[in-house]
Amino acid sequence: MARAVTNQRKATNTLFAWAIGLLIFFPILWTILTSFKTEAQAINDPPIFFFFDWTLENYAAVMERSDYAKFLWNSIIIAVGSTILGVIIAVPAAWSMAFVPSKRTKDILLWMLSTKMLPAVGVLYPIYLIFIGLGILDSRLGLVVVLMLINLPIIVWMLYTYFKEIPVDILEAARMDGASLRDEIIHVLTPMAIPGIASTVLLNIILAWNEAFWTLNLTAAKAAPLTAFIASYSSPEGLFFAKLSAASTMAIAPILIMGWFSQKQLVRGLTFGAVK
Amino acid sequence: MNLKNTLCAAVAASFLTAGVASAENLTIATVNNGDMIRMQGMTEDFTKKTGHTVEWVTLEENVLRQRVTTDITTKGGAFDIMTIGMYETPIWGKNGWLVPLNDLSEGYNAADILPAMAGGLSHEGTLFAAPFYGESSMIMYRKDLFEKAGITMPKSPSWSHIARAARKMTNRETGVNGICLRGKAGWGEGGAFITAMSNSFGARWFDDKWNAQFDTREWSDTLNFFKNMMDDAGPAGYATNGFNENLSLFQQGKCGMWIDATVAASFVTNPKDSTVADKVGFALAPDNGMGRRSNWLWAWALAIPAGTKKEAAAKQFIEWATSNGYIELVAAKEGWANVPPGARTSLYENPNYKDIPFAKMTLESILSADPNNSTVEPSPYVGVQFAAIPEFAGIATEVSQEFSAAYAGKQSIAAALQKAQTITNDAMEAAGYK
Repeated sequence: MARAVTNQRKATNTLFAWAIGLLIFFPILWTILTSFKTEAQAINDPPIFFFFDWTLENYAAVMERSDYAKFLWNSIIIAVGSTILGVIIAVPAAWSMAFVPSKRTKDILLWMLSTKMLPAVGVLYPIYLIFIGLGILDSRLGLVVVLMLINLPIIVWMLYTYFKEIPVDILEAARMDGASLRDEIIHVLTPMAIPGIASTVLLNIILAWNEAFWTLNLTAAKAAPLTAFIASYSSPEGLFFAKLSAASTMAIAPILIMGWFSQKQLVRGLTFGAVK
Repeated sequence: MNLKNTLCAAVAASFLTAGVASAENLTIATVNNGDMIRMQGMTEDFTKKTGHTVEWVTLEENVLRQRVTTDITTKGGAFDIMTIGMYETPIWGKNGWLVPLNDLSEGYNAADILPAMAGGLSHEGTLFAAPFYGESSMIMYRKDLFEKAGITMPKSPSWSHIARAARKMTNRETGVNGICLRGKAGWGEGGAFITAMSNSFGARWFDDKWNAQFDTREWSDTLNFFKNMMDDAGPAGYATNGFNENLSLFQQGKCGMWIDATVAASFVTNPKDSTVADKVGFALAPDNGMGRRSNWLWAWALAIPAGTKKEAAAKQFIEWATSNGYIELVAAKEGWANVPPGARTSLYENPNYKDIPFAKMTLESILSADPNNSTVEPSPYVGVQFAAIPEFAGIATEVSQEFSAAYAGKQSIAAALQKAQTITNDAMEAAGYK
């Protein structure tokens, strides 16, 4: 009887989890489906789910009109570049906060996080003027720096949480064996925190990939990433939902595939230290 | 003879070299709509003729507006040509942010630009942007539904006729709404429609001392008429419907009438996308017997930001893209129905274009809108569905949010108008108008 109840509960939980998962994934699924419809089918009322004449005409139109490879390459450089730069800066910062905290460490952490609460548009003009002054408007370098700065608080916070889980005794033992600070961070701490660093890197690549305020406002023709590619298919006067969906699918496909293959690392990293 | 040939070849070679040496790469910010996308496909012709190459930055209208505004106000220089509208042009021209376009070549024939368009894109007589295409608004209606309901559509209907027809055609069981109109918040969405409609009811945004006028009977009449008609004959949730939502409804045969941008005519008559393509008629936007119709006037135009280092090449592009030659190029490649409308007088004299079913009504609609004299009572601003002052976009967005809340039944019309009055007067006072 108890076994039956357990199985029933398991089945209910599984069903519930699938339902939630499907609900969360539905907008993406709908976008992908719409990308294979004609513009007329895309706006059909009632909506058509699977039984329509599947077409690749939207993808062909998008490929003909836009230089997808250029946008994709810019996205890769900007997302990966900003994440690597962020991790390089955040590892020592998180180390010092985790292992040699001061009275103000908690305040500094909170202050760092509070910078994320400022609406981005509030600093658009100052940053735009700085970019003009430095000559880095519409450059990948400029975006790498800006996105790194935007995501740095999250990287530091995540790494700090992971580092706190590492027993300080191990680091002390390394020190007693004559390890320098550099050796301690690079050869002892970093290898032990690899799962945490990996999930931080993955999450930040996703955040940088999807960032759509700075990447639209600080670029023109040269450094525009996939967010600008999507924006070029959105129109308040004209029904181009099928083409917009095709562009969106092409923009999210690389990150979706990356997320799919690294989901174990992502989940492991995100739940690291959550259950004691 | 040999000497002559040699000299000719040398001269030709020097011109060619000079052309190549001065070939520029232009960066153009533009909006994502059918005509602009088509222009991108034609750029090769421009490059072939001038040697200049073009890089496009295509953005959604609101993103584009924010992007180019940031760039021009900071003198960022990210773009050599910007696609801007009738709202921005006189303001930016007045501020000295745009290169005047009064010195375009004789062959360009600037006098051919429709006077209403040239007027709306100028400041104190100086043209600051060349119209790529222009639009007004008009009624698109279902001839079959009118016939079935036993009603006729005059060429210049009144609002009372429209409301009667809308109620008569409405059939909730079959899902047919008598009329579909914009109710969505946003100065360029529902805000534009209700402002243009209010002109025909004798309302205006400001008096000659920049005092808000939402406490007048004319505004109350406008909003009450709109809401009553839409509650009786409009689609469910009309308070959140904009251009695209109404286009979708109309194309699926769920609207008896739709009053919106003239560019929509090509969409609703395209059999590929519209189920009612062969049943659509056109009429002028309604009036109320007060001498002003409820149609608006808009143009997407090409302008050069002051300070660009590529001014000469940018002017060459503008001349190419807004010329009669470009119209003929599009007509030859994609047919007359796809040429950019509403910019040049000669297009409407062209016998090939006269056959297009909506061409005549588009022209008449454009000609009947006057941005310098849009209201019954005198007003201090230029613009039909907007007031060409920098503060308008912000104010009108807030005001249209109050109106949309009233359409959705979240507040009364009186409360919405009272809030609109306060919002507008406060903003105008803060901006130093009063």
